[in-house]
Amino acid sequence: MNNLTIRGGHVIDPASGRNEITDIYVVDGKISAEPPPENSPVISADNLVVAPGLIDMHVHFREPGQTHKETLATGSQAAAAGGFTSVVCIPNTSPPTDGPSGVAWIIDRARDTAGVNVFPTGAITRDLAGQEMAPIGSMVQAGIVAITDDGHCVQNHELMRRAVEYARMFDLAVLDHCQDYNMVGNGVMHEGYWSTVLGLPGWPRAGEEIMVMRNILLAELCATRIHCQHLSSAGSVRLLRNARGRGIPVTGELCPHHIALTDETICSFDSSFKMNPPLRTQEDIDALIEGVADGTITILASDHAPHAGFEKEVEFDQAPFGITGLETELPLFLTILLHREKAISLEQLIAMYTVNPAYLLRIRKGTLGIGADADITLIDPDREWTYKKEESLSRSRNTPFEGWNLKGRAVRTIVAGETVWAV
Amino acid sequence: MKASEPTLDTGENWIRKDLLSIRELAPLEINTILDSAGAFKTVGARDIKKVPALRGKTLVNFFVEPSTRTRTSFELAAFRLSADVVNISASSSSLQKGESLKDTALNLEALHADIIVLRHSAAGASKFLAERLTASVINAGDGAHEHPTQALLDVFTIRERLGRIDGLKVAIVGDILFSRVARSNIWALKKLGANVFLVGPSTLVPRSFESMGVSVVRSLDEILEELDVINLLRIQHERQRKEYFPSLNEYVRFFGLTKERAQRLKPHCLIMHPGPINRGVEIDSDLADGPQSVILDQVANGLAVRMAVLYLCSTAARKQR
Repeated sequence: MNNLTIRGGHVIDPASGRNEITDIYVVDGKISAEPPPENSPVISADNLVVAPGLIDMHVHFREPGQTHKETLATGSQAAAAGGFTSVVCIPNTSPPTDGPSGVAWIIDRARDTAGVNVFPTGAITRDLAGQEMAPIGSMVQAGIVAITDDGHCVQNHELMRRAVEYARMFDLAVLDHCQDYNMVGNGVMHEGYWSTVLGLPGWPRAGEEIMVMRNILLAELCATRIHCQHLSSAGSVRLLRNARGRGIPVTGELCPHHIALTDETICSFDSSFKMNPPLRTQEDIDALIEGVADGTITILASDHAPHAGFEKEVEFDQAPFGITGLETELPLFLTILLHREKAISLEQLIAMYTVNPAYLLRIRKGTLGIGADADITLIDPDREWTYKKEESLSRSRNTPFEGWNLKGRAVRTIVAGETVWAV
Repeated sequence: MKASEPTLDTGENWIRKDLLSIRELAPLEINTILDSAGAFKTVGARDIKKVPALRGKTLVNFFVEPSTRTRTSFELAAFRLSADVVNISASSSSLQKGESLKDTALNLEALHADIIVLRHSAAGASKFLAERLTASVINAGDGAHEHPTQALLDVFTIRERLGRIDGLKVAIVGDILFSRVARSNIWALKKLGANVFLVGPSTLVPRSFESMGVSVVRSLDEILEELDVINLLRIQHERQRKEYFPSLNEYVRFFGLTKERAQRLKPHCLIMHPGPINRGVEIDSDLADGPQSVILDQVANGLAVRMAVLYLCSTAARKQR
């Protein structure tokens, strides 16, 4: 029986609008209005924020197929250490998760090995090849919460339109990695001054923006919600702001590295700074932060993309894209968005990690409402600490944030009333 | 005549074990190399062309991308400094068998190579090696990033012929976007005070170059009369470039150095080309052999410049150990 009292914390639950110092009761793994039986455990939350368990709706856990990078077990440990009680797994596994048996396998495997809730997504197209629609309905029955070809991008607008239209039948969100392959070509970094100096193939902003625009048009045409993942450019923010202003069901996601770092870091040729979409300029960072502040971007995520050291330690243009992020994302956003830029309130930041992704994906998570699963994250928003990658619980270490001094972090992660990680 | 080491007073002016890019060099460092190259050039004119500066040192010419002239130039430079030379090409190396660059490098170090001259298709490859090895690493061209010894021999040649770099007007013509020669030349010329003009199809000379402090010019005819140096880069129209301009014919029409255009150049204006030249494309065939052409001087000076670079980096590495 998972019974628990969390005493004296600052409860912030954007879903219910609660924002007060109060106790939280957990009875039988659920949030309860009534206290648990006497002698149940009590956790003191003095000076801590008690938030609904955070959701990272964009992680790559590499299982099945690439378990030397990450597994559902190790990825979940890193998630818990970052304050996440739920993660949404991207289907670019090996083989790709493009059918119901793959989905069922992940759900079973996660149940056996993962310490946090794992929600799988399914591919939009078979084999992530962008050629023909995957069995979306069967995957919904098996338990996916969205479809995406992330890592790839469906280039055929007609096929994308049909997939989006088909997804509407299941009230299913479509998550898109916005990249026009012809425009981006073999680009490995932002196309601008530094790509010019370094002689590395450029990845122009327009390569993303043209697909953001495509998605806006299709979301409007099909009246189905499309979520643009990991936005990196100022132009994408402008397009999204305009579309949302017109009531089109399109959302945007921000990853911390896109506001923490610029393309200048690549003059080191260090592949820890290589991800897709790439790091851009201060002008883009300013626009992304403004987009968060005015509600254009509503979801925060990591795009946690683990790779083994030997895979990353190669020539820059040959290194795989991606960095780990689960353990650094909340601290980076607290440091940058809350403390440094004062762009949003803590309540807004928590909403972007809880009720907003839960609503987009239609999952019953992200709230401390009575009867909800007792997934809870305790946060110390002011704690100063230094990130050290050798302490990471992920199987991989490909982070650009080694040695960063950060302000704020999760200190305890509780899933269904049970502590799965504490600092 | 006794073959002795030229007197080199580099003092504290050169402390790098590696030569990776021109961008990171101070003007004083560039001039230090040029001055040393001047001293080494006199060695080449002697009866006995060899000096003992690198005797007992092992130099590995590690060419992952094919090259004949640069490799040969480094090889000859090493011979003249009395170093032992091993050549490794992409086809003969374990890279073909899937060995990583890092592992290949560690193997070279285990064999106590003192200097590695690297030509590689990936930008940053020489920096990657230099950060992991105690051996000196000389960048002989990394992707579209830099080709520092080419730029050094170019400015050496200009300085030798015109007596200075400061204040000169230099045009670099052709495929700038994909050219490591252009990037290294831009940095070297800018650092030594030249005015640099980039000319070529707008698809191959994007405006982003202007933030490097150069002028992007759309038409060669606009600037011909003003130039002190015109440096023509090799233009290719193979698979990758077909999206960038329609044909070599059209290229020649706008950017080829024809006899008509050459008549408008100042009499002292130098015509340069890093080679290999396409006669009748970048340059009219007669002009390539004409009095204003310094193309073969560039090749000869390349040897002296590379001797200087090998000598300076090797000396600095020895001091650091």
